[in-house]
Amino acid sequence: MPKDNGIGASSKRREDVRFLTGDGQYTDDINIHGQLYVHFLRSDVAHAKINAVNTEAAAAMPGVQRIFTGADFEAVGSIPCGWQVTDRHGEPMQEPRHAVLAHDKVRHVGDPIAAVVADTYAQARDAAEAIELDLTDLPAVIDMKEAAKEGSTKVHDDLTSNLCYDWGFVEENRDAVDAAIKEAAHVTTLELVNNRLVANPMEPRVAVGDYDKSKDEHTLYTTSQNPHVIRLLMGAFVLGIPEHKLRVIAPDVGGGFGTKIFHYAEEAFCTFAAKELKRPVKWTASRSEAFMSDAQGRDHVTKIELALDADNNFTAIRTETYANMGAYLSTFASSVPTWLHGTLMAGNYKTPLIYVNVKAMFTNTVPVDAYRGAGRPEATFQLERVIDKAARELGVDPIALRRQNYVTEFPYATPVAVEYDTGDYHATMDKLEEIADLKGFDARRKESEAKGKLRGLGINSYIEACGIAPSNLVGQLGARAGLYDAATVRVNATGSISVMVGAHSHGQGHETTFPQVIAEMIGIPEEQIDIVHGDTGRIPFGMGTYGSRSLAVCGSAMVRAAEKVIAKSKKIAAHLLEASADDIELKDGKFSVAGTDKEVEWGAVTLAAYVPHNYPLEDIEPGLEETAFYDPANFTYPAGAYACEVEVDPDTGKVTIERFSAADDFGNVINPMIVDGQVHGGIAQGIGQALLENCSYDDTGQLLSASYMDYAMPRADDVPFYAVDHSCQTPCTHNPLGVKGCGEAGAIGSPPSVVNAVIDALHSGGHKVAHIDMPLTPGRVWSAMNS
Amino acid sequence: MYAFEIERPSSIADAVAALKSEEAQALGGGQTLIPALKQRLAMPEQLVSLAGIPEMRGVCKSDAGELCIGGATPHAVVAKEAMADFPALADMAGHIGDPAVRNRGTIGGSLANNDPSACYPCAALATGAAIITNAREIAADDYFQGMFSTALEEGEIITEVKLPIPEKANYQKFVQPASRFALVGVMVAKYADGVRVAVTGASENGVFRWSEAEAALSADFSASALDDIKTSADGMIGDLHGSPEYRAHLIGVLTKRAVTAAA
Ligand SMILES: Cc1cc2nc3c(=O)[nH]c(=O)nc-3n(C[C@H](O)[C@H](O)[C@H](O)COP(=O)(O)OP(=O)(O)OC[C@H]3O[C@@H](n4cnc5c(N)ncnc54)[C@H](O)[C@@H]3O)c2cc1C
Repeated sequence: MPKDNGIGASSKRREDVRFLTGDGQYTDDINIHGQLYVHFLRSDVAHAKINAVNTEAAAAMPGVQRIFTGADFEAVGSIPCGWQVTDRHGEPMQEPRHAVLAHDKVRHVGDPIAAVVADTYAQARDAAEAIELDLTDLPAVIDMKEAAKEGSTKVHDDLTSNLCYDWGFVEENRDAVDAAIKEAAHVTTLELVNNRLVANPMEPRVAVGDYDKSKDEHTLYTTSQNPHVIRLLMGAFVLGIPEHKLRVIAPDVGGGFGTKIFHYAEEAFCTFAAKELKRPVKWTASRSEAFMSDAQGRDHVTKIELALDADNNFTAIRTETYANMGAYLSTFASSVPTWLHGTLMAGNYKTPLIYVNVKAMFTNTVPVDAYRGAGRPEATFQLERVIDKAARELGVDPIALRRQNYVTEFPYATPVAVEYDTGDYHATMDKLEEIADLKGFDARRKESEAKGKLRGLGINSYIEACGIAPSNLVGQLGARAGLYDAATVRVNATGSISVMVGAHSHGQGHETTFPQVIAEMIGIPEEQIDIVHGDTGRIPFGMGTYGSRSLAVCGSAMVRAAEKVIAKSKKIAAHLLEASADDIELKDGKFSVAGTDKEVEWGAVTLAAYVPHNYPLEDIEPGLEETAFYDPANFTYPAGAYACEVEVDPDTGKVTIERFSAADDFGNVINPMIVDGQVHGGIAQGIGQALLENCSYDDTGQLLSASYMDYAMPRADDVPFYAVDHSCQTPCTHNPLGVKGCGEAGAIGSPPSVVNAVIDALHSGGHKVAHIDMPLTPGRVWSAMNS
Repeated sequence: MYAFEIERPSSIADAVAALKSEEAQALGGGQTLIPALKQRLAMPEQLVSLAGIPEMRGVCKSDAGELCIGGATPHAVVAKEAMADFPALADMAGHIGDPAVRNRGTIGGSLANNDPSACYPCAALATGAAIITNAREIAADDYFQGMFSTALEEGEIITEVKLPIPEKANYQKFVQPASRFALVGVMVAKYADGVRVAVTGASENGVFRWSEAEAALSADFSASALDDIKTSADGMIGDLHGSPEYRAHLIGVLTKRAVTAAA
């Protein structure tokens, strides 16, 4: 019988009750007495010099409290980047200033120039229209390769060029890789684009700044995935507010997908203005603002070469990528194309030599940063596409070519500086062949052909690195923060438990899964346990949720804290049972003395801890509350194999997804249903990237896909029913739960399967198309077939 | 959105009177106008809602064999009530936007707006409909005057649309994946005296009749009659979602499919 409590139970997501009945408390639901509203006047050109911002007429409009411009923020800190990348020559990356409000220049459409604070939102917006701007338009640089040219327009005049860094990894391998490619029996080359995406969480960003003059305390309510990171970055780097005077609260958050990790100017503005005006200041983004101010994702232009020997063994990989940073460096922008991308270029394969070159470019576009998968989808896509192309060129089966090159012995140290602890790539591929019914493909292809459709099958493997990350390692790599996490397990007198966690749930279901772990450890019902998250005033210093790290890192901290609680409660039980603590066992919520029938209930022990009448006060303190910080020893390495079957309409180029199967190895699984949901959502986003989503700028830097009329989000009828399986489990060897993380896998593994499938379909119809850049819109597929 | 007043007249006469003011604008289902107001792209001082005028709502069949649709009739009502007499139109109306759009958006609003990717203009032109306003009757062939441009005068409202019911018809919509408006849409309508073919979504001049296809299909109502007719990419829309060449190609594919489906 399936479990209905604890680890392995598909417990229903308890938070969904309030989300689905409209009882969620989102940041926009927070309204504080006396609050004012801010509207940001944003640039409608991509690049211009600001000569003057005349606010006189606007300031006199009804309800206006104050208008802020760039001049007000000259003495305020720059929005920081959290990761310093060192380039091929040992030099630090170029880091431009990022002011809260633009001062000298505007550098992308959407760059905020002025902020109007008024009694109502409409008044603020009216007044913003009355601001007179004197701008001198400058040529905009949008294309990364143009930006890289000598003499190109510069996004930042004080930097030497538009190059943020030129990164080589592993630089010492460069010559050896070049030589191996020269000597190879076969080299497959592929040039491709990893398309820019807009994250589009359902809830747009919101910030409310509040200031308590009597205590000199600031509170920021914000739509964040990581309130402590915001407190650290904004407090220390931008506004200079000490931690004990700054509380950051991220209540219910309606989706993040990475774009709510970062510290944004609007958060700093609301916090700053609340103190200046001595009144709360609120900002709620419109969807249009989200399109031009939320950090965007991906946007790599890559050339990859795969070298093989005469027996089709991979011998070397060389890549050259241009990675778009946009106009400013967002919080983790610099780390995404480097440490989250280069380190994954080995994939599931034992390629001995790898060299990754990344040129990060500034352009007059919205900043680019982590988006579900962050760097790992870019690595997987190019690798799995080039392997497919190689299989086609060599006339070998794409699955066999992959299997032949799989890493099979663990731990495995890759040539790109990471060590995979466990995995079994053949097992997930075996499972995939079964659940995707690959044997039945030929028959299905014939059925499609009978309807006049071309059917294609795309398969690929993927690996990713989650559980970010060992602090000492990332420190050496340039991270400006530690990446541990923390949890406090507070047992109440009656035995119920509140767990204060550093991880933040914005759709992942932590309020359900985290209690499952504690319930398993103690043997009590999940309902007795709640988690508290999203408030620096209530939780220990944890780093939040991204990179599929919550359970692997914060969950591990929670286990460590719970272990301390259990150890102490055993001492209390030992006292009550007049036995030695070493002989006490905890099972099903009862403490017993081994080999006897003496036992005491969990609740009796917890009561004794808080009503210590009969208690060993000379040996242990009363109370039952423990905190643990957990710093992971390594990344975790979820991996798997995906298959996609498509039909292509040869008359129109339209692609429909007929089947999609995913066999993942996430290590141990706490809640199988939630894991299914995470994979489903990730695949939907991957299908979105592969077929639909395209954040596109014209040559002047105007965003062409600035609303849902032009930016195509995947809808229910764009995606099939999925076959997902996570029964192949090689538990992580270095965290106490043996978990690896499942939040991003779907978005990482699926884009290459879709594209591989479409290329396969076209070949079956005699169209020798080598590659089509995502999104594979009907128009693009049709032109590829007809050129 | 800027502040505005709203009037809710219950007769065409009152609506026309209210629209005499220069700062007033008609409000149908608001599915186009309200988003524009939210973006502050328009600032009428007064909106005159046509939703509460009974004589402008409903679907019926005239003795002359026309389907008569009140100008303020929502798409969802057409989807249901045109099903028996003009299934191709019902199907078209039933695939506009989402349920909210279909329950609010109206035929009059769609024709007044004349979005180059909208569906109703295609149906009106393919059937040679009569657009009835408070002042006159306008033939569809004279009504559409290029993207977002029509023969309507300031303050004139569409009170009814009369569409001659074809013997056979079909509408093929190839959706633009983001908006799900028509990337290209084609309606083919066969009458005793000939075939009419209208195309939406494709041309920079808005909805148009494809006369070569009409001639070929009037002679031989079969998809193969179109085999040798090519559409030119000149004057076709090129954007993020499709090149002029692609749109020109789709016109041919969709017209054939419409003929096959109608036959
Ligand atoms: C998400 C979405 C998807 C959509 N998808 C499609 C689609 O697939 N195909 C499609 O064809 N359309 C689509 N539409 C548009 C929809 O059909 C609208 O209903 C239509 O374009 C406008 O009709 P309305 O009644 O809402 O007009 P409104 O928005 O109220 O008005 C539009 C304009 O027409 C004027 N007007 C309104 N009624 C009259 C009248 N009776 N006489 C004179 N002038 C009038 C108004 O003054 C205004 O200028 C979509 C809209 C949305 C929001």
